[in-house]
Amino acid sequence: MEHKIFVSPAPHIHDHTSVPYVMWQVVIALVPALIAAVFFFGIQALLLTLYGAAAAMATEALIQKFRRIPVSVADGSAFLTGMLVAFNINAGSPWWFPIMGSIFAIAVGKQVFGGLGNNPVNPALLGRAFLMASWPTLITSGWVKPKLGLTSGLNPDLIWTNLQSAAPKAYQLVTSATPLNVLKTLRDTTFVNSIAANPTDNSQIANNIYQQLCSGTCLNNAFWGNIGGCLGEVSVFALLIGAAYLLWKNIIEWRIPFFYIVTVFVMTALFGGVSGLDSGSLLLPVFSMFTGGLILGAFFMATDYCTSPITKTGRIIFAIGCGLLTFVIRLRGGFPEGVCYSILIMNVFTPLIDRFTIPRAFGEVRK
Amino acid sequence: MRLRTFPGGVHPHDYKELSKQDAIAVLPPPEKVIIPLSQHIGAPSVPVVKVGDEVLVGQLIAEPGGFVSIPQHASISGKVTRIDLFPHPVGTTQMAIEITGDGKDAWVELADDQDFLSLPAAEMKARITAAGICGMGGAGFPTHVKLSPPADKPIDTVILNGVECEPFLTSDYRLMLEHPQDILLGLKIIMKVLNASRGIIGIEANKPDAIRIMEDMTKNEPNLRVVGLKLRYPQGAEKQLIYAATRRRVPNKGGLPMAVGVVVQNVGTAVAIYEAVRYKKPLVERIIAVTGSIVKKPANLKARIGTPFQKLVDYCEDVSAPIGKIISGGPMMGFAVPTLEAPVAKGSSGLVLLDEKQARNLEEHTCLRCGRCVDVCPMNLFPSLIAQAVKNGDLAMADKAGLTDCMKCGSCAYVCPSHIRLVQWIDTGKIKLAEQQRNKK
Repeated sequence: MEHKIFVSPAPHIHDHTSVPYVMWQVVIALVPALIAAVFFFGIQALLLTLYGAAAAMATEALIQKFRRIPVSVADGSAFLTGMLVAFNINAGSPWWFPIMGSIFAIAVGKQVFGGLGNNPVNPALLGRAFLMASWPTLITSGWVKPKLGLTSGLNPDLIWTNLQSAAPKAYQLVTSATPLNVLKTLRDTTFVNSIAANPTDNSQIANNIYQQLCSGTCLNNAFWGNIGGCLGEVSVFALLIGAAYLLWKNIIEWRIPFFYIVTVFVMTALFGGVSGLDSGSLLLPVFSMFTGGLILGAFFMATDYCTSPITKTGRIIFAIGCGLLTFVIRLRGGFPEGVCYSILIMNVFTPLIDRFTIPRAFGEVRK
Repeated sequence: MRLRTFPGGVHPHDYKELSKQDAIAVLPPPEKVIIPLSQHIGAPSVPVVKVGDEVLVGQLIAEPGGFVSIPQHASISGKVTRIDLFPHPVGTTQMAIEITGDGKDAWVELADDQDFLSLPAAEMKARITAAGICGMGGAGFPTHVKLSPPADKPIDTVILNGVECEPFLTSDYRLMLEHPQDILLGLKIIMKVLNASRGIIGIEANKPDAIRIMEDMTKNEPNLRVVGLKLRYPQGAEKQLIYAATRRRVPNKGGLPMAVGVVVQNVGTAVAIYEAVRYKKPLVERIIAVTGSIVKKPANLKARIGTPFQKLVDYCEDVSAPIGKIISGGPMMGFAVPTLEAPVAKGSSGLVLLDEKQARNLEEHTCLRCGRCVDVCPMNLFPSLIAQAVKNGDLAMADKAGLTDCMKCGSCAYVCPSHIRLVQWIDTGKIKLAEQQRNKK
């Protein structure tokens, strides 16, 4: 026989998936959120994303060249990391910001450990943590005003006209901070006591802002993305389209996002109120879902394959852990948002969780 | 009908359209057959003929090598020409008896027992044992052993496996369409031998006409029932089929169906049982699907055991492109065979030919830890961890993650985006673990 007959162990057929397929599918799923970011924050959002992705790919290629191993940037994994780094920064960041984040994410977050599949924590989040530690003001302030409203998501018409003169601090807050920032600041009684020119108005104004945060208008803005925040996290709507796509394509599994979001929701409903203030509605847990990076984190970052548990029980434990940490950081931490650190912390527990949740075999007899 | 299924599994394209319309055709007896002495699980058969002996079709040529073993019979009439190592349909070379035909196709004398259903169970079992029947779905477990459960394990349910969940294969499907009566008679014999009260025929939803025919045939039989199953691989695996049809879970770590009062037989085996009991006919032929996108005229052939694959391919008017891989059985669990000289064995349900593109090995990446293998494992194991532990030489860990419970269905390797050869690693682990346990003793 002239040609070769292949011999190999079964199975002899394979489905259509491959590493590049999976990675590029996630990139595709993030496109709606990118479009939303460009719509609300302008072309700058797209540029920052491209800088991040390009820097990530270049870093990966350089390191792989240096390590004398095949360059694998075409698999989309570095592109995705760079994209997620950019999604986790403010749309008003300077051009070099996502580049720094991506270089760190790929070099220290991924390649140091041997590349794709070997990294202990999510590289993109590590990149964000690096930026947060190195340039804290760039990542926590200077929020770009969304095209159609205020960074806080509040309706400008509902802010009474004399707020600027009567309560300058409150005015400053609702026009320059993200919703979660506003909420965090309201928890600070020293702040609340000092917002108004006429001190007797303090708690009334604070109550009013709190009520507006939990109002339909604010939630509506947060759902569509008409709020301040990191460029990829603002539009819940766009992120959910991508999430639905990934679930439909069987790229991600429902357990992590579901239990993560539900934990934050339930904890906020039970213990999330601001003491001394009255929100006047029961919408605070919905607010906690729609604002900050929860949706982006739960669907696109906590589900990162290498850094989340493999077993089904493990995924539930991991997700609940992320949810509890996010809630605690939001409530008590020094930052208004805790998604990034929660996921990073739970990433570290992943091997341990997997080890203790080896599934029970079909038909296994309980001893 | 409400379709049932089992947890886990995958859904590959079934490719059955290639050969499902082709009625069973009889392949003329070949000039030469190679009858392997090991076509079943258990001890190899022991030859009772020597080179130069004249044999008739159906004549005993090798006797069982133990209780878990079967006899072998000549499948053509002629002369024994060699007893030697020959290519085997599992891809290796093994001892086999070669018979060169005399062209007469002269059979040993068969019976025709009209009243076979009222034979005593012991006589039925004796005829089945003598006919050399083993499971014809692929695994090849000696049938008489399955029909001899210990007295403390009563069997109440017999399940006939008409699932045929392997892609490409259509031989059981054609058998159900063309010989449903024989299948049912076989089922009744099995139920009588085991004194079982209930018979179930499990068929997947991609064979609606087979479901309809079997339902029609069992309409007036209150203790026989057809169970329609969702399209899902590996539904035809014994434990998965039992769960889908009865919701009973066979215990792991070597548990057998009899532990939950069930015996499963393939529909092809049922026909062989019927023919053995009624006609005292030994198992000398079987239906085999010859298929694959490069086969010019795919077919379901009734071929003599021992017929070289080449004869089957010739009957199908050869191939339209160079063969990349020869698969004996289905593409998920079948064996890649290096040569078409390998013969049809009792467990050969299909001969699938892939072209060079379909046959190429996909490059292995590092594990992404995506968990798909865990999601699809029908035994609820941790395939990537088992494979990793085997690579690291940590057999204790591999065992903990389910090494011995793996039935090598290949679902994990099928979905792995990193194309890791999980089944290969797991198989390596199984061999090493068995070795380790032998050395301990």
